[in-house]
Amino acid sequence: MTPQQGAQQTLLSASDLYCERDDRVLFEGLALSITDGELIQLAGPNGAGKTTLLRLLAGLNRDFEGQLLWHDVPLMTVYPEYAGNRLYMGHLSAVKKSLTALENLRWLTAQDRPSEKQLWEALEHVALAGYEHTPCLQLSAGQQRRVALARLKISRAPLWILDEPFTALDKDGVSWLEGELQAHVSNGGAVIITSHHALEGIPGLRRLELGGVV
Amino acid sequence: MSLVRATVRRDLLLAARNPGEWANPLMFFLMVAALFPMAVDPNPEFLAKIAGGVIWVAALLATLLSLDSLYRADVEDGSLEQWLASGESLYAMSLGKALVHWCISGLPLTLMSPLLGVMLHLPEEAYFALFISLAVGTPVLSLLGAVGAALTASLRSGGLLLALLILPLYVPVLIFAASAVYHAGIGMAYNGQVAMLGAMLALALALTPFAAGAALKLNLSR
Repeated sequence: MTPQQGAQQTLLSASDLYCERDDRVLFEGLALSITDGELIQLAGPNGAGKTTLLRLLAGLNRDFEGQLLWHDVPLMTVYPEYAGNRLYMGHLSAVKKSLTALENLRWLTAQDRPSEKQLWEALEHVALAGYEHTPCLQLSAGQQRRVALARLKISRAPLWILDEPFTALDKDGVSWLEGELQAHVSNGGAVIITSHHALEGIPGLRRLELGGVV
Repeated sequence: MSLVRATVRRDLLLAARNPGEWANPLMFFLMVAALFPMAVDPNPEFLAKIAGGVIWVAALLATLLSLDSLYRADVEDGSLEQWLASGESLYAMSLGKALVHWCISGLPLTLMSPLLGVMLHLPEEAYFALFISLAVGTPVLSLLGAVGAALTASLRSGGLLLALLILPLYVPVLIFAASAVYHAGIGMAYNGQVAMLGAMLALALALTPFAAGAALKLNLSR
């Protein structure tokens, strides 16, 4: 094995990003790159542009200047491939209230084609065993968030892009999610996350502070 | 394609869980037909002449009524974001959404139309024309309407705007469909009108999902 093969791979890199909203510059000249085994936490005050940057990195927001590369290829030219290799979770969880936890998870993970057994196991992992056939309407906000987070157990995507995943989670949920992030990173995955939550003790953690000076 | 299939399945399931979503327009359709003879001359000969037109106008408005919510919930709960993030073809997605919409609005309207025909003394010869014109015409309404629904999805009260955008596009469908039913009623050929409706359907199937997909992208690119 040559040293090259053992070296870490750059998954996603961004350079010279410039983005403005309502005549306000959110960031300019921003550069960022993430390799496997890394976790980048975007921090900054409310309105600093964390979600905007996240959506931009996820390929959802195309109203910006600069360059985004996925494995050194411009991201938009390989978008379907990129979409299959990154998991994006916005702060809206796409959970339908009148469907059950299981039905919601089945839709959320449709592209991974999980077996019924995997779905049940994933729900058990997020402490929703026994709630599989409960309409999400009857679940608490934290439990609904857990339904959405259960897809982390099923996804095979190496890059996770998560927007405030800790919202509404209780203490157990927070430590479960921290464990998941840690496990993903040590298995060679990469995570980009926005959170006001202090992430500690995760190897490969980097923090990126966004301006917020208006 | 797996997400498209899952979305069609989920939307049908959602419709089954919230019967109001598809039952309300259907009730509206029924009420128009029930009230109309009371407000105008109830003479069967008079009603027979206008039945086709009344049923078609009611079907068109009932469809419009159900369109407003087509994409709104998906925008609000983040489902739409997940579609876009999935990298799957938006063409297939919007086509799937429009077809589900037809299944829960146009299809029940079509199946119920003979009943309305009886209520409005539709001439016997016109039943088949009514049925076929609705079967071919209502999918066009769903497909065209989906474009308007996609454009107005992120507006809080887009209902009126939606009607303004879409009604002009509905007019040709209405003219050809009502004329088919009328001509069938007086014993004339109506295959020309139905062929026109078929052509509109083919065109709408091919083109409107592109427009709806592009409109959905606009909703989210902010």
